[in-house]
Amino acid sequence: MSFGFSRAQAVALVALVAVIIVAPGLVYPVFAMKVLCFGLFASAFNLLIGYVGLLSLGHAAYFGMGGYVAAYVAKTWGLSAELAILAGGAVGGLVGLVFGWLAIRRQGIYFAMITLALAQMIYFFCTQASFTGGEDGIQQVPRAPLFGVVSMQDDMALYWLIAGIFLAGFLLIHRIVHSPFGQVLKAIRENEPRAISLGYRVDDYKLLAFVLSAFLAGIAGAAKSQVFGFATLTDVDWPMSGEVVLMTLLGGIGTIFGPVVGALMFGALETYLAPFGDWVTVSQGAIFILCVIAFRRGIVGELGNRLRLVL
Amino acid sequence: MVTIFGKPLLLLYGQLTLGLVNGAFYALLSLGLAVIFGLLNVINFAHGALFMLGAFVAWGLLTYLGIGYWAALIVAPCVVGLFGVALERVLIKRLRGLDHLYGLLLTFGCALVIEGLMRNEFGSSGVAYDIPHALKGPLNLGFMVLPLYRAWVVIAATGMCLATWLLIEKTRLGATLRAATENAPLVQAFGVDVPRLVTLTYGAGVALAAFAGVLAAPMNSVNPNMGSNLIVVVFATVVIGGMGSILGSIVTGFGLGIIEGLTKVYYPEGSAAVVYVVMVIVLLLRPAGLFGRAA
Amino acid sequence: MTKLSRRLLLGTAAAAAALPLGRARTQAKSTIRIGVLNDQSGPYRDTSGVSSVACTKQAVAEFAAQGFDVDVVAADHQNKPDIGAGIARQWYDRDGVDMIIDVPTSSVALAVGAVAKEKDKAYLNVGAATADLTGKQCAPNIVHWSYDTYMLAKSTGGATVRSGGDSWYFVTADYAFGHQLQEQTTRFVTAAGGKILGSSTYPFPGTTDFSSFLLQAQASGAKVLGLCNAGADTVNSIKQAHEFGVPMRVAAMLMFISDVHALGLDIAQGLTLTESFYWDLNDRTRAFTERVKPRTPNNWPNMIHAGCYAGTLHYLKAVQQIGAANAKASGAAVVNAMKAMPTDDDAFGHGRIREDGRGMLPSYLFQVKTPAESKGPWDFYKQLSSYGPDEAWRPLAEGNCAFLKL
Repeated sequence: MSFGFSRAQAVALVALVAVIIVAPGLVYPVFAMKVLCFGLFASAFNLLIGYVGLLSLGHAAYFGMGGYVAAYVAKTWGLSAELAILAGGAVGGLVGLVFGWLAIRRQGIYFAMITLALAQMIYFFCTQASFTGGEDGIQQVPRAPLFGVVSMQDDMALYWLIAGIFLAGFLLIHRIVHSPFGQVLKAIRENEPRAISLGYRVDDYKLLAFVLSAFLAGIAGAAKSQVFGFATLTDVDWPMSGEVVLMTLLGGIGTIFGPVVGALMFGALETYLAPFGDWVTVSQGAIFILCVIAFRRGIVGELGNRLRLVL
Repeated sequence: MVTIFGKPLLLLYGQLTLGLVNGAFYALLSLGLAVIFGLLNVINFAHGALFMLGAFVAWGLLTYLGIGYWAALIVAPCVVGLFGVALERVLIKRLRGLDHLYGLLLTFGCALVIEGLMRNEFGSSGVAYDIPHALKGPLNLGFMVLPLYRAWVVIAATGMCLATWLLIEKTRLGATLRAATENAPLVQAFGVDVPRLVTLTYGAGVALAAFAGVLAAPMNSVNPNMGSNLIVVVFATVVIGGMGSILGSIVTGFGLGIIEGLTKVYYPEGSAAVVYVVMVIVLLLRPAGLFGRAA
Repeated sequence: MTKLSRRLLLGTAAAAAALPLGRARTQAKSTIRIGVLNDQSGPYRDTSGVSSVACTKQAVAEFAAQGFDVDVVAADHQNKPDIGAGIARQWYDRDGVDMIIDVPTSSVALAVGAVAKEKDKAYLNVGAATADLTGKQCAPNIVHWSYDTYMLAKSTGGATVRSGGDSWYFVTADYAFGHQLQEQTTRFVTAAGGKILGSSTYPFPGTTDFSSFLLQAQASGAKVLGLCNAGADTVNSIKQAHEFGVPMRVAAMLMFISDVHALGLDIAQGLTLTESFYWDLNDRTRAFTERVKPRTPNNWPNMIHAGCYAGTLHYLKAVQQIGAANAKASGAAVVNAMKAMPTDDDAFGHGRIREDGRGMLPSYLFQVKTPAESKGPWDFYKQLSSYGPDEAWRPLAEGNCAFLKL
C-alpha cells in the first residue's frame, strides 16, 4: 500500500468510510458530526500520546481556542466556512507552538502537568476576554457558506464538509505516523536517549508533533463550533482535556482507528444516557472502571490483539 | 494607616491568616495524595470524592446515630479508610506496574460513581452540619477576629501533617514505607508483606482525605460536588511540591494557600488561575517540583 | 468474564442507540410530546432536575387533554451547551418533541433558544436567569417563566434600600449571570438612593472559601452584603458570613427554598430573597403542593418547579385551542396563542404572557423565618413585600427585543 496502510488497516479504512457514508441515515446527523469532530480531536491527541509518548492534559486549550476563533471570525467578520475553520486551526497551532516550546523541556508527569497549567491559563483568558462572551459564550454563530457560496444551512451539506475535514485530518495523521518523521517519533517514544545518541534533534521533532497535534485539535474545535453554532467555556476547560484522554483510552492508545471508535463510544454515552438523568455519571464511571479492569488496550487495541492485527 | 499597594496592612494580615486556613486543607489533602503516589504510583483522582465522603459520614453519624463532631473526627476517617482499603483490594490492586494513565482513569471512574450515587441519595444542594459547640465564637487576634473554628482547623491540620511526617521520617514503619517506595521487590525479599503495606497506605491516605472532609464540614456546604472543585488545586500542590514528596506537599499546601489569599485581595478574579501560574513558573525553573528529585 | 462484560456492554450500547429511533417510528400523529431538559446530575439538580420533571408530569395529568395524547420525555444536559443543544436538535428534528421546558444554566438556555428559533418549535424556559431570553436573544417562540435577573434585582435590591439597607458591597461570581445580576441590582439600589461601596468578583466555578471576600466586605463598612451568585456558592457564602459573624444584612440575590433547606434555619434565618412562588402563599399554592408532593416528597417545589407545572398547563391550553396539528406545525403559533390568553393556575394565580415572551407573574420578597417561627417541615418564609405582575418585570421597551420592532 503506497499510503502506508497495511491490508487490515485498508479494510478498516474502507469500513470507516462506508460507516461515514451511511451514518446520517442511521443516526441523527448532528450527532454524527459531533462524533466526527471529537474523533478528529482524539486522533490529534493520540498523535502525541500514542506515537511520541507525550501525555498532554491541556488539549482543551487548542480545541477550545479553535472553536472560539472560528465562531468569532464567522460571526463578526463573516468569513466563509473553510477560512473560519482554518483560522481556528491556525490559532490552535500557534498556541500549541508556544505551549509546546515550554512544555517539551519537561518529562513524564511534569510534562502533563505543565500542559494542564498552561491550558488553564487559556481558560482564564477566555473567562476574562470580552470577545468570548464569558459564560454565555459566542452564541448564534451563523453557519458560514463554503467558499462563500455553497450554503451549509442544510445538515447534510454540512455533514459532508465535516466528513471531508475529518477524513483529511485522519489521513494526514496516518501519513505523518508512517512517514520517516513518524518513525523518528516512535523511536523517541521507545527510547529517547537512544534517539538523541543517534543524532536526532529530539526536541525539534517533539515540538513539530506537538504543533501538528494542536493544529488538528484547533481544526476539530473550529468544526464543532460550525456544527453547533456556538463556542463556550465548556470546550476550553480542563474536563474537556480529560474527556479526550478518556476517548483515546476507550478506543485504544496508539491505534490509528482507536480514537475514532472511542469518540463514538463517548459521544454515545453522553447522548444516549442523558434520558437516564441521575445515572449518567454513575454509568460513565462504571464504564471507565470496567475499561481499565477488563480491556485495557481499548476497544480497537483489544480487537487488534485478538485478531493479531495492527489497526 | 499603613498600606501596601493601596491595601491596609491589617486587612492583609487578615487575608494571610485566612490563606493559612485554606493552605491547611491543601496541605492535608495533598499529603494523602503524595503518600499514595509515593508508594502506589497511582494518581488518586478519587481523593476529592473521598474527602466529600468524610464530610458526609460525619453528617450521617450525627444525624442517624447522634455521634458528634469530636468522635466523628476519628470515626469518619476510619470508616472511609476502610472503604479505601476495600477499593484498593478490589480495583486499584490490579493496576500494579501499569502506566499512570490507567490509575488516573480508574480512580476518576470511582470518583464519578461515588459522586453520582451520593447525588442520587442526598441531592446536590447538600446538607447542614453545624460548628461544634465548644468551637463556636470569635478569637480576637488583634488585627482581625478569627472564628475559633478556623483557628482549630489550622491547629488540627498542622498537627496531623506533622504527625504524618514524623511517622514517615522517624519511625521504623516509615522507614519500611520509604524503602518500599524506593525498591519494592527488595523490601519484599526482606520479608515485608508489601501488598499489605500498599493497601494500608492507600487506606491511610484516604483517611487523611476524610479527616480533611470532617474538618471542612462545618465551614463549607456539605454536598456531593464539594470535592471535585478542590481536586485540581490539590493535584497542582502535589506537583509543585514534587510528586511523592511529603515535606514538599505540606510546604506547598500552606504556601499556595497564602499566595491565593493575597491574590484574593489584589486581583480576586485571578485567584483560581494563580495556582497554575505558580505551577508553570516552578516547573520551568525546577523540572521536578520544589522538593522532588529529577526522574 | 471479559467476554461476558464486553457483550453486555455492546448489547447495552446497541439497545440505547436504537431507543430514540424506535420512539420516532411509533409516534402517532396526535401526540404532543414535551421534553424536560435540565441538570439532573450537577449543581442545579435540586433546583431544577427531577422535581421539574415531576411537576411537568403533574400538569399533564391534571390537564387530561381531549383529542390528543401528551407524553413527557426528559434528559440531563449535564450543564454542557453542546449536549443541551444536541439533544434539543434531536428532540425537535427526530423524536417528535414539540416543546422543550426548563433548561437552567444560561449558556445552555441561549444555545437551546437558537435551536428552537431555527426549527420553529416552542420553548418554555423556566430554569435560567438571563434576562436576554426576552431581550437581545428573544424570539417569537420563546416564553420565559418564573424569574430573571431583572426581577430579582428589582425586588430584593429596591426593597432592601427602602427598609434602611442603603449601602452595599457585592460578592459576585465571575460569569455572565453574576455580572448581569450585579449590574441590575446596582441600578435599583442607586435609583432608590443607596450607595455601592465596593465589590469582589471571584472565580466561578471552583471557589469554596469566601471568607476573604466577606472580610473585605466588612471592611468596606457597607450595611448590606449582596450575593450575586447561586447554588452551593450562595450556601457557602452565607454559612461563612454566619461563621465570621459578619454584621451585615445578607441579600441573597438568587436563592431557592432548597438552598434554605440545605443551610438550615439556624444559619439562614433573617436573610432576604426573592421568589415568584412559595408553597405556603395561599390556598391555591398549598393545594398544588399537596397534589404534587407524592411525586417529589423530599424536595418541595420552588419557583422553577412550579413554573414547569404552570408553563406546561398553559401550553397545553393553547394547544387545545389551536389544535394539536397546528401546534405541531409551528412553535410560534402556539406561543402566540399562549400570549393571547391569560394565564391562570394554582401556582402563580392570574397573569399573562407579554409580547416578548415574558411571563407576567407576581414577585415576592421573603424573609427566612427563625427556628422558633417555623412550625413544620419546609415552613421557611414570611412575606415582606410583593410586586404585582405589571410592576415586577423589566418594561417591554427596555428589553430591546428585536422581533417586536419588525
